[in-house]
Amino acid sequence: MAKSIAVIGDSESIKGFGAVGMDMFVCDEPVSSPQLLKQITENDYYAIIYMTEEIFEASAKEREKFAEKAVPAIIPLPGVRGNTGIGQRRLSSFVEQAVGSDILFKN
Amino acid sequence: MDIMNVNPTRMQMTKLKKQLVTAKRGHKMLKDKRDELMRQFIELVQENKRLREKVEAELAECSAHFVNASAVMSKKALDSSLMSSKQQTGVNVGSKNIMSVDVPVFTSVSQSPEKNDIYPYGFAFTSFELDDAVTALNDIMPDLIRLAETEKSCELMAAEIERTRRRVNSLEHVMIPRYEATIKYIAMKLEENDRSSRTRLMKVKDMLLEKAHHYSQRNE
Repeated sequence: MAKSIAVIGDSESIKGFGAVGMDMFVCDEPVSSPQLLKQITENDYYAIIYMTEEIFEASAKEREKFAEKAVPAIIPLPGVRGNTGIGQRRLSSFVEQAVGSDILFKN
Repeated sequence: MDIMNVNPTRMQMTKLKKQLVTAKRGHKMLKDKRDELMRQFIELVQENKRLREKVEAELAECSAHFVNASAVMSKKALDSSLMSSKQQTGVNVGSKNIMSVDVPVFTSVSQSPEKNDIYPYGFAFTSFELDDAVTALNDIMPDLIRLAETEKSCELMAAEIERTRRRVNSLEHVMIPRYEATIKYIAMKLEENDRSSRTRLMKVKDMLLEKAHHYSQRNE
């Protein structure tokens, strides 16, 4: 069954994604993102939700309940304001959780 | 090591021995599962790392294109050009079982009229920078979807590995030593009972013989 892809972020960062066929949800205030995420995930319509890093951080609590589920996959992407390294930190936290110490990025 | 609160009987010992065998077998199997999960996880994580670096670099490039486009076009024109999209991108969600972890498999289904016709606007009033931006974004779509897939898989597998590791450790360092200690305790208790009943029997035998033959009187 086909599901859609959503993008949440500030209008500057995500405006291009609409052109390639993803559903855009503009959220210029990170504070309101948990509410938005809740609405989006309500009917299980989206398989992948991309977020800008600010939104990703702001909605940490709301994201928790999807950690154990296969869908939706919630993925942080850098916005126009640059890369804060959340993606890499998230990856190294997985490695740390699984292996016990970060063997991938520690050098 | 603390022992379980059980009656020191032979039946209980047989039961515990059976449980110990099961625990050892379970421990071995879980250990194998953990090792295999770990192997696959490391592979996946390395791919994920590579993809993320690539996607992040390309997205930065994309943003630069958009910034350039917005420099030569008015914000209004730019926004209205991107407002409607010609293609609808979605994903088919399948699932794959990696060592009892169900991970999602995303296959992209995009409905676009033609491969070269991805631009949702006419070329007359837009800058070529915008074309570059949209093309670049369109090109990284497969990587973006693959990134989502591997990152979600890593997340699910990391949780499963942690759980399995805890189970292995609890079996190895708590359950199995406790079984062994309890079995040893029961075995010793049984031996002790055995010895005490044997001495009691010897004593009784002595007393009975004494009663029948009166040895002590005869020696005098």
